[in-house]
Formats: sequence, C-alpha cells, structure tokens
Amino acid sequence: MNQDIFVTIEHLRGNVAEISYIMLVAAHELAHGTGGKVIAVLLGQNAQGMANTLNADQLLYGEHALLADFNPEAYQKALAGIINEYKPRAVLFGHTSIGMDIVGGLSAQLSLPIVSSVRTIEANSKLISQICGGKIMAECDLPEPTALITVVPGGYKAEEGQSKQATAVTTIAVELPESLHINLTQYIEPEAGDVDISKEPLLIAVGRGIQTEDNISLADELAEAIGGVVCASRPVVDQGWLPTSRLVGKSGSTVKPKVYLAMGISGAPEHVEAITGSDTIIAINTDPAAPIFNIAKYGTTADLFDLVPVLTDQIRSIKG
Amino acid sequence: MNIVVPVKLVPDLVEELSIDPSGIALDTAWLRMIVNEFDDHAIEQAIILKEKTGAHVTVISTDIEGVDDLLFTAAAKGADRLIKLTGDIEGGINNHALARALANIIKELQPDLILTGVQAHNDLDGTLGPQLAEYLGMPYVGYISGVNVNGDKVEIRKEYPGGLIGEMEASLPSLLGIQASEQPPRYVAISKVRQMMKTMSIEEMTLSALDPTGAATVNRMFQPEALEKATMLSDNPDEAASQLVDIFKEMGLL
Repeated sequence: MNQDIFVTIEHLRGNVAEISYIMLVAAHELAHGTGGKVIAVLLGQNAQGMANTLNADQLLYGEHALLADFNPEAYQKALAGIINEYKPRAVLFGHTSIGMDIVGGLSAQLSLPIVSSVRTIEANSKLISQICGGKIMAECDLPEPTALITVVPGGYKAEEGQSKQATAVTTIAVELPESLHINLTQYIEPEAGDVDISKEPLLIAVGRGIQTEDNISLADELAEAIGGVVCASRPVVDQGWLPTSRLVGKSGSTVKPKVYLAMGISGAPEHVEAITGSDTIIAINTDPAAPIFNIAKYGTTADLFDLVPVLTDQIRSIKG
Repeated sequence: MNIVVPVKLVPDLVEELSIDPSGIALDTAWLRMIVNEFDDHAIEQAIILKEKTGAHVTVISTDIEGVDDLLFTAAAKGADRLIKLTGDIEGGINNHALARALANIIKELQPDLILTGVQAHNDLDGTLGPQLAEYLGMPYVGYISGVNVNGDKVEIRKEYPGGLIGEMEASLPSLLGIQASEQPPRYVAISKVRQMMKTMSIEEMTLSALDPTGAATVNRMFQPEALEKATMLSDNPDEAASQLVDIFKEMGLL
C-alpha cells in the first residue's frame, strides 16, 4: 500500500466541476499528513485537455468510449480496477450526483471503508464531516487500508486546486465490458424560466418555513415592493409551488446577488453552497440554531409571517 | 412488477440536536424521528408507478420508535406489504451493516425495482442505495427525479448541477436512489392511517449477522461554530422590519 491520495476528477460535458478543484486542495492537505503524492484520476474520452488546469503531482488518464459521459456502472468498474492496482491511501469523490453514485458500490465491491460529507482535513489526517443539514460535525481518523471519501464544498477554495502548469500525465488502460446495464439516452437542458435568477441582484428566497403554497404571496408582495425576484430552496420547488427555474441549490442555480434575503430557509449545505457568492445574506428564521445564521450577515428570529407583511408595508410607504 | 422500498427514520432537524455524553453520537433520548425526506419521495414514486402499471409495493424499515406510524402511513398511501426489521439495532445501525443484512432479506422478496432515498442527512458511511445494489448485483443510479418502467427496462431522469437532466435507461432489476418523486409526496388523513392500523399487519423479519465493517471510527461529534455569526436584529417583527429597512436604505436599495 502507498500513501498517495487519489482524486476522481468530476466533469460534465467537457467542463471540470468545481468540486474537483476543491477535492485537490483537500487531497494536498491529506497528502501532507500521509507523506504521499496527490494523484488526479481523469476518466473520459478525448478529455485529456482537462488535465491542464488540475493542481496535482501526477495525473492518471483513462480513456474509453463508455466513459465519454458519466455512467455509474462504467465509472465504478474502471475505478475498481485502478484502486486495486495502485492501492492508494485514500480516494476522494465529490459528494455529488456523480461521486455518490459510485462510492457506495466501490466500498461494497472492494470491502473498503467510506467517510462521507468531509468538509475539511485537520492535523494528523483527521477528517471533519458535516452532517445533519450542517448542524453537526463529526471527526474521524483516516480509515485503513484505502479510505473512500466524499467531499462537500465549503472547506476549501476551488482556485487553490487550479494550476497553470501542466501535470505529468500517465495514460492507463481501462477495460470495460462491451455492453452495460445503464445507458445515457440524452441530456435534457434546464427549462428556461421567465427570469435568470443567477443574474438577479436582489433575491427573495423562500424555504420550507413558508409552509404553504398560499404563503408564497408574502414573498411575491415583498419582491414586488422592493424590486426583487422570488426564488426558493428545494422543498418548495419539490412541492411544485415554484418552477425549477427558481431553484437555488445543488441541482438548481448558483446565485450571486447583492442581497439574498432567505426566509424560512435553514441553510442546509446543498443550499448554502449555491449562495456563498452573495454579497450580503440576510436570514429570517425562527430557529436560532439554523445554520443559515452562520453565513448570513444579518439575521432575525422573528416569525416571517409577522415580519414580512410589516416589512412590505414599510417599503411600500417609502417608495410611495 | 414488484417494487421494494427500503426507508429510514432520521432525526427531525427542526428540533434542537445535542451530542450525548459519549461525545461521539447524537443524544437520541429527546430526538423526534421522522421519515427521511428522500425516502418519502421514494415511497411516493413507488405508489405513482403502482397507479400507472399496477405494481406491488413493499415498504421496509428498521424497528425503531415511529416505524409503525411510518409503515401504516405508507399503507394509507397505497403500499401493499409492510415489513419491520428487528435485530440488534438498539445502538443504531450503519449503512454498511444494514446493506449487507438487508440484501439477504430483499433477495427473498425478488424485486424488479428497488427505490430508496438518494441519501439521508445523517449518513456518515456513504449511502444505503449503492451498497445494497452492489450486494444484490443490481445496477444503481441515484439523484433520480423521474422513473418510467418500459418492458424490462426503466427510463430515468438523473439530476446534474444547474438543472441539467441526464435521461438514462437501466435494465431491470435495478436499484434507484430517489431525489424527488414526479409529484410531491401525497398527504394522507390520520383517519386513513388509523384505518390501516386495523386492517393491515406489519410483518417482522430479523436482521441477522450484522457486520458494520466499512465505516470509520468517530472520535468526536460537535456543533459547528461560525467564524462570523450573523449580526442579530430584533426578534420583534416591527423592530426587525424597521432595522431591515435601514439596512436596505444603507445599501441604496430604497
């Protein structure tokens, strides 16, 4: 067994996902503790060009037609072979719709331990995971022999995982069966909404705390008064109260407004990762322990149902 | 079409969470347990498929407080068979142990399709779905928000960042990690759940030879401390509204 830290590079339709760079930073922290190298593992087809931006000591590139698009079955098979051959000290995956599809199967297939939702690495290779919607942190040792780790954003800056120098590339052979049980048929582009919330300067966001569809009107009225746009976290969109084009979060839009007013949003990591680019976050939530207050500039535990109508009235009277 | 839906109860995050005296686990004494929201979507998706294709739906969960309510609620929504898993699970059970033991039980049920929540907020050793799929030798795809059975295949919609959808096909039997059901989980009246308590029964099956290997040892748990906690405004609605107006004015929004 060696002490190297492998990073599975996530990419989609020719673009390296930001989590890949964050993982590289985490991998350098880990490698510092284990004394190994950081090795990026890039799987794809005609994807070698992506290697140039990755801050790694070495890069393993596996090419195969069945790896052209993400396919959990093909990726798991390819990675199982690589992990078996190299036996790294740890392999990092994004805690994403790509990484999470393969890490569980690899763990069961190869009898290797998993640590999920790791946000930061502390001294002596201690892994700090973020669970329970960001309300609880757990510290684990790096398990042996090869730790499979899923990484959440928030702990490291993606820029630090980027490099302008080309990394030494080693091309590796990938063997896959001729046919798979899972196949990609097509990509469906996101529905275009009436507004592009990723470009709006003032967002009025509603979460689970809004409770009912009728209550969305509170946000609509406030948005109209102040000149903002209403958006929402996942539970609201899942209920069908607002369209997907208004979804802020992991599988929706990443936003960077001047002001993000979060109403009844707890601040689960999947949501927080998409709003950290906001200039000013203001949170209204009756739960004083809500993680949203850890990233907001201003907050109040006043009940939004009492506060928002008053606020809307005051703004209306100022604007006339 | 035989659909099995393994579901979990998880701590309600609306409640205050605290760490128990051991320092390495949540204090469960006062915790309110609720159905994992993604599992709730998995149940809903199974019922939707039943309504479309006439499937038989089995919902299966471990025997902890609240499980009977969870199972009878699933029955009220349309589940046909309810299974409660007993065994040495008093101190909690991790996903690795559950996946290994559950695989043996589910094999006997001979499912065509297994739907489960894509994750749970307290997962620390990966998620249940892909581990279970591997032990059962089935394909797994997660982050699914649409499922359509077509002959011996299932057509699925997988979510990627930014609202992009990957439309995929998987051969049956397969296991899918559900992110969201096509329709939001339906509401059922308490009276209907009570009626199920009278008419339906919950079968018990034993989880045997629990092997938790595959998780890391937790050294400690703690609540995160914010580097820069928000400046808290008044909790009085009128005062808070005035303070917010001042902040908006300062920013030049008003």
